[in-house]
Parts: sequence; C-alpha cells; structure tokens
Amino acid sequence: MQFFGGSEISPSPQVPTASGNNAHMMYVFNRNGVCLLYKEWNRPLHTLNPQQDHKLMFGLLFSLKSLTAKMDPVNADKGNLGVPQLPGQGCSFHSFRTNTYKLSFMETPSGIKIILVTHPKTGDLRESMKYIYGLYVEYVVKNPIYNPGSPIKSELFNTALDQYVRSIS
Amino acid sequence: MAAIYSLYIINKSGGLIFYKDCGTKGRMDTNDCLRVASLWHSMHAISQQLSPVNGCSGIELLQADTFDLHCFQSLPGTKFFVVCEPGTPHMESLLRYIYELYTDYVLKNPFYEIEMPIRCELFDINLTQAVQSDRVALLGR
Repeated sequence: MQFFGGSEISPSPQVPTASGNNAHMMYVFNRNGVCLLYKEWNRPLHTLNPQQDHKLMFGLLFSLKSLTAKMDPVNADKGNLGVPQLPGQGCSFHSFRTNTYKLSFMETPSGIKIILVTHPKTGDLRESMKYIYGLYVEYVVKNPIYNPGSPIKSELFNTALDQYVRSIS
Repeated sequence: MAAIYSLYIINKSGGLIFYKDCGTKGRMDTNDCLRVASLWHSMHAISQQLSPVNGCSGIELLQADTFDLHCFQSLPGTKFFVVCEPGTPHMESLLRYIYELYTDYVLKNPFYEIEMPIRCELFDINLTQAVQSDRVALLGR
C-alpha cells in the first residue's frame, strides 16, 4: 500500500473564520493517506508542523481501527493485529473523546476518511458527517476539473462546509 | 442488561498487568492481549499530541460499532480500561471503584511488586463482585 503520495504538499490551513464555531479542526484523507483537506477554525495549540500532524493523525486512525477490529467482543473471527483492514471490514470506531476534545470519524467505502475535532461535549456527529460527505460528493467529486487524490481547493465546498459546521450545535 | 466484556489494567510503561475476560466471543490469547494493551498505551499518548488545546490527558471514551471502551488514568499513570456494550451507563464510576479496589488489595499488599502482573486473590474476588450487573447499577446511584 503506497502511503502519503510521495512529495504531495499538504494544503496550508485556511484563514480562521469568525469565532462562534464549535469545531476546532477538520481533516479529510483518502485511502492512501493523502490529506485532501485540512481546515482549522480554532486551534490554540500546534504541537507539530502540518506534515507531521497529518501523518500522525492518519497513523493514529489506522492503528485505532486495527485495534477495534481486534478487540471486537462480538465477532469470533478476527484478523491479526496490524493487518490493514479494508474499509468496512471489521469493527470500526466512530468517535473518541478526551477531556479537551472529541474526535468524530467516518470512513466511506471508497476509503475517504472524514475527521472532525470538536468540543468534548458534542453529541453524536454521525449524521453530520454523512451530510459533510454529501457536500464532498456534490462540490468536489462532481467537479469535472477536480483531480482525485489531490488536495481540495474548491471555494464552494469550503463556504458550504464553513456554513454547515457553524450550524452544528 | 448491558454487559461488560473485558477489563484491562496497564502499568506506567504500557505493559499489561491484569486482564479479565467477562464474555467476549472468540478467545484472545495472551500475546494478543499484551499487544492490544501496548497499542492502547501508545494511542492514548498520541491522542494527547493531537489535541487542539492545552491540558489533554488522553482518551477517556472510545465508541465503536459494537462496543464502547472507557479508560481511566490514575495520577501515577496506571490505566484502567473496560470494554463494554455500547451505551452501558456508570462505567466511569466503575473504573474509579476498581481503582479503589486496586489500591486496597494490590498496592497495600506487601508481597506485590509494583508494575508486575497482579496475582492477588482478594482483588479478583472483589472485582468479580463489582462487575456483576446489579452491583454496577448500584454504583450509579
């Protein structure tokens, strides 16, 4: 599996939009680990530089999926730990919460991973993530000029996304 | 009645010191438990790096399709985590209660070496009592 797409430069963070946004940041990755979109609305703390941050995030999710597939108490037949799972194969997690943030995760059958980092008291965002995927399909996938696997630069998508995320309680 | 599937206790360095299986399907052999515990220890640490704000102390709750994982980290760094059915209530209180049992029956045991696997009978007995469903409901009052 080829990861991180060679010398692809991750998109630089968008200029933070108006406050009042509940979300901290958002990532979209494709199945090869290329970061298609990184949006930042409210992030006071930057621990690592953007490249490392994206890789760490992707790595964390990859490993957590492997962990949940192995730890699944309901399915008797589990693969070995560390074996890459196909999208939809094995038990996958949909969110985790720490004391300072909540991370919601959704993986589509095509391997697109959408990650939303919000305030820890946020509720279940699965429906919101599905809506965001709908926005992605409408504004990005259906754009004839968009090259799949490259960072997303669509203005319409960014505006619609900002508006929608602001409305998530 | 919502069920608890398993309980793990990890020491400061990430090694598994206690594992209790209360009903998972499909046996997980010892090596797999050790790997899962170490993996969790690392993921817990990485999640602190990715926090957008200061003061993150790691993952407290992980929600998956078929289970929830609640984690409690004590001040010295020992992690207690329980795998349960989605939506099981009172898991945080249960973890704090298990921590109390740990301090009483394990740490205060003069024959117990710190950071080593737990082999204390009284701890096992009390733990089994604590995870029975009627007791978990009582903890939530």
